[in-house]
Amino acid sequence: MYRLPPRILSAFATGVALALSACSGGGGSGATDDVIRIGEFASLTGKEAAFGQSSHKGTQLAIEEINAGGGLLGKKIEFVYEDNRSTPGESATIAKKLITRDKVVALLGEVASGRSLEAAPIAQTSGIPMISPSSTNPKVTETGDYIFRVCFTDPFQGKLLAEFARNSLKAGKAAVFSDVSAPYSMGLAQYFREPFVASGGQIVSEQKYTGGDKDFKAQLTAIKATRPDVIFVPGYYTDAGLIVAQARQLGITVPLLGGDGWEAPELLQIAGSALEGTYYSTHFSAENSEAKVQQFVASYRARYNGETPDAMAALGYDSAMVLADAIRRAGTTEGPRLREAIAATNGYEGATGKTTLDAARNATKPAVILTVRDGQFRYLETVNP
Amino acid sequence: MTEFLQQLVNGLALGAVYALIALGYTMVYGVLRFINFAHSEVFMAGAFAGYFLARVIPTGTVGGGLLVLAGAMVICALLGVLIEKLAYRPLRGRSTLTALITAIGVSLLLQNLGQRIFGANPRSFPTLFPLHYYHLGGVVLSSVQITLFAVTGLLLAALRHVVLKTRIGTAMRALSFNPVAASLVGINNDRVISFTFALGSALAAAGGILYASSYPSIDPLMGTLPGLKAFVAAVLGGIGNIPGAALGGVVLGLVETLVVALGGSTYRDAVAFAVLILILLFRPNGLLGRLQTEKV
Repeated sequence: MYRLPPRILSAFATGVALALSACSGGGGSGATDDVIRIGEFASLTGKEAAFGQSSHKGTQLAIEEINAGGGLLGKKIEFVYEDNRSTPGESATIAKKLITRDKVVALLGEVASGRSLEAAPIAQTSGIPMISPSSTNPKVTETGDYIFRVCFTDPFQGKLLAEFARNSLKAGKAAVFSDVSAPYSMGLAQYFREPFVASGGQIVSEQKYTGGDKDFKAQLTAIKATRPDVIFVPGYYTDAGLIVAQARQLGITVPLLGGDGWEAPELLQIAGSALEGTYYSTHFSAENSEAKVQQFVASYRARYNGETPDAMAALGYDSAMVLADAIRRAGTTEGPRLREAIAATNGYEGATGKTTLDAARNATKPAVILTVRDGQFRYLETVNP
Repeated sequence: MTEFLQQLVNGLALGAVYALIALGYTMVYGVLRFINFAHSEVFMAGAFAGYFLARVIPTGTVGGGLLVLAGAMVICALLGVLIEKLAYRPLRGRSTLTALITAIGVSLLLQNLGQRIFGANPRSFPTLFPLHYYHLGGVVLSSVQITLFAVTGLLLAALRHVVLKTRIGTAMRALSFNPVAASLVGINNDRVISFTFALGSALAAAGGILYASSYPSIDPLMGTLPGLKAFVAAVLGGIGNIPGAALGGVVLGLVETLVVALGGSTYRDAVAFAVLILILLFRPNGLLGRLQTEKV
């Protein structure tokens, strides 16, 4: 067997010892002592990038504001974020990395319920609180008592959309066209169906697609043949844009209806004028005149070259602000006490109105319904829970 | 009835795009006995070439649209030649497995390069051709679909003409029968292979542009699924056989649309690949596989 000369061995041992001491001295405890690390996993690229980017910009703005105001508990916040490319299977790995390697005290993310559901069990078992800015599927916070959200849930959203379809659009027959690959879409479809049927409506057609599909004409042709009064498309904006465009191409003139998954400027770019006469519900409207909202809109515009924030940006902002508020109240970043402080959030005023977390760790909030007129999103009405 | 006719139009339009991509697969296979999996990325590159060309060329007219189409075809033809020179030529004469794995490598390289250069976010594709809708009874036919049928038909006819009636086409067929004998009678094999790649890639570009015109959202990974489907179409029609690729594309488009129309929308991809397995089990030469005469 080949043996290393003693000189090399001892040099190697010294190196290892040095590296170890460097770690324990400068890297590990030292770094966590003078900053508070907050982690975020987001879809910064890929299919739902518009969501991830908006949400991320909102969160980033919140953290910059907190740091400018002196930080938390006398320390600055260090914001550690990673991109999951909008693909399944990445978020759990990222959550693990953020918790074990970067030692974050809390996780923020994600917009899509499916990807929040991947990371939530990791946060739960590690005892690190996680706040989702805009995942609306109820299952997300059901994962455990460390998982929170600062937005409304799909049972509320589905019900208000069903009522809107029944009362405002006077629809008796609805078709539902949902994405089998997204828990968000399947959940919202179900929460729409139940109240719609209960209030005397009829579901005449149920069609499905897989997120990322490009051709929806076959399903839409089948839907058209059943003559619905409204078509409910509880999907994300990339697919929804193509669906709306192809529906109009096939001569379908009835209104199309969506949830907060539609909330992205890309929807307008993809579907263009085909969007006239479509409606969707979301969390926030920049046209809201409340002081807190306008203050957020102004600072967001100042930070991002005049860009107007959308719902995802506002919720991204609020998720970080609610966390910061809880850290201040807890006086520590230690998992269990921070968890209790977040759970006790009551009437926190942010960009999307007052946030109060209930026993199921969900926020109860009003929703707004927007429509598209003259190529722009327009505020239509606010629905209170 | 109207619904059925509309589904027929939907299926034919989808099939025409598959056919166009399948032609490229079949051409290269016919000459080199090698499946160029990077073909679906050339298809993607074609769509992006169209996207950027449309910024400098005024579109929305038939002339402008065709100009963008021709430009993208030229760009992709050059890309195809480049891929062949850099990746496949150094490996010529090695086993087909080596070439196949290299093709998958090139495909992944182009996908990731695309994400690096263009970003992974979907972009909305501009309207290249004037947009009109024709209502025939209850059936809606769009000008994009008519363009799609016309371009596919014309390219198919042009391709057959090149392969059967021109000198370079004769050289291609000679090469496919016996490369050694072909070079013995004075055919420059490298030139013919480059030409085959150029032609196949130009067809992929046309497919990319027409696909993006029908479904106006493009991203660097857009080629994967249509590429695989077109591969199924090529095998279905009998790989190496030009009319077979067209027939395979149309059949696959119709089958997929029919599956969705009958309520099995979540099975559309599964059915497409089940077709591949069935055809390989029961008719490995494809639908038109026996017509050896027209093999490229």
